[in-house]
Amino acid sequence: MQLEQALPELLIKIADDELIIGHRNSEWTGLGPVMEEDIAFSSMAQDKIGHAWALYRILQEHFNGSDPDQFAFMREAADFKCCHLTEMPISSYDFSLMRHFLFDHAETVRYQSFSQSSFTPLQQLAAKIKGELKYHTLHADAWILQLCTAGAESRGRMQQALDNCFQLAGGIFEPGEAETLLIDEKVYPGEAALYQQWLNNISPVIEKAGLTIPAMTAPVYGGRKGQHTEHLQQLLNEMGEVFRLDPEATW
Amino acid sequence: MQTITTLQAVYNALDHVMDPEIPVLSVLELGMITDVKVDLEGVHVKMIPTFSACPAIDVIKENITNAVERELQMPAFVTVDKEVNWNSNRLTDTAKEKLRNYGIAPPGKHEGEVNLDMLIKVSCPHCGSENTYLRSPFGSALCRALHFCKECGMMFEQFKPLS
Repeated sequence: MQLEQALPELLIKIADDELIIGHRNSEWTGLGPVMEEDIAFSSMAQDKIGHAWALYRILQEHFNGSDPDQFAFMREAADFKCCHLTEMPISSYDFSLMRHFLFDHAETVRYQSFSQSSFTPLQQLAAKIKGELKYHTLHADAWILQLCTAGAESRGRMQQALDNCFQLAGGIFEPGEAETLLIDEKVYPGEAALYQQWLNNISPVIEKAGLTIPAMTAPVYGGRKGQHTEHLQQLLNEMGEVFRLDPEATW
Repeated sequence: MQTITTLQAVYNALDHVMDPEIPVLSVLELGMITDVKVDLEGVHVKMIPTFSACPAIDVIKENITNAVERELQMPAFVTVDKEVNWNSNRLTDTAKEKLRNYGIAPPGKHEGEVNLDMLIKVSCPHCGSENTYLRSPFGSALCRALHFCKECGMMFEQFKPLS
């Protein structure tokens, strides 16, 4: 595979993760357990969708890709490269919070590595995004610690959420086909390196919270190859419902 | 001489373009303008958003175009500068003072990285007390966090420090 194919593959999977988790975050709008959390998940949704748009824009400008809106709303599930963690329904707040914690720490590690990338458009975007992500991890860490020290039931639910999310989170780091090429070309250090750094970053928070980190025995792969759960198509149907009424409309 | 006069006029026009979410600050005071050039085609303005997913960006671009075209009677071309990233040290001192008077705590100056203290130790813009706490890193706009003042019992917002 050439760099001209490897780079879009990398950009698409990261952007799709952002778009899909962004949409999931937005499903908390109006439903948050407290007002501040309603606002937080809505704000994070806005950030994620904005980041996805910026990545789709790089695809459009540098790889002859289609318009970001068309690309986001008109593809079928099999053309999406998001990991399964992002597509799962919001479930209860403990699940959504744990997903947000695991995902945003992964994003932080990823964008920190991208900020050294040899691919300039990605490097420039990452330098901006990594500062913004601090607020996401700050939010996640604070709530994880707070809920895990709020009594046995609360900590039990957070442990359950961690157990439910952990193999799914492993899927964020599903290796791509052109991994070696991207590493050799210094685009980024590859999924295995990011995974290790991610573990190093989340472990102190998880320990401080008094939770037990499960072994990564069966990371849920497939998303990067376009294999998805049934939840993704349902999400896409809802997300694109208005857009597809008139795909050429100007908003 | 002609060019200098024109450049000054462009900056004057930009000083009249207020941020839609913080109407007391102009795009210049917010540090959103990275370059201004005037040539035979017209006026070229490069700008940057505060937060990358800022939904107001298109409105701001349009407002800049309209202000420059109206005040200079020249075509204006506004583009987003990808080579420069906004960070909160770009806010001028006047801007910080205006923010405080508007009821929003300004961000402190950082040395390249934002540390946790900068988010947590924030003086109340209403009573000046430092007896406050961070209630949520997310507020009514992407660029703001929510704080609470234990002294005067008021909720207030902070313009987030960003590196």
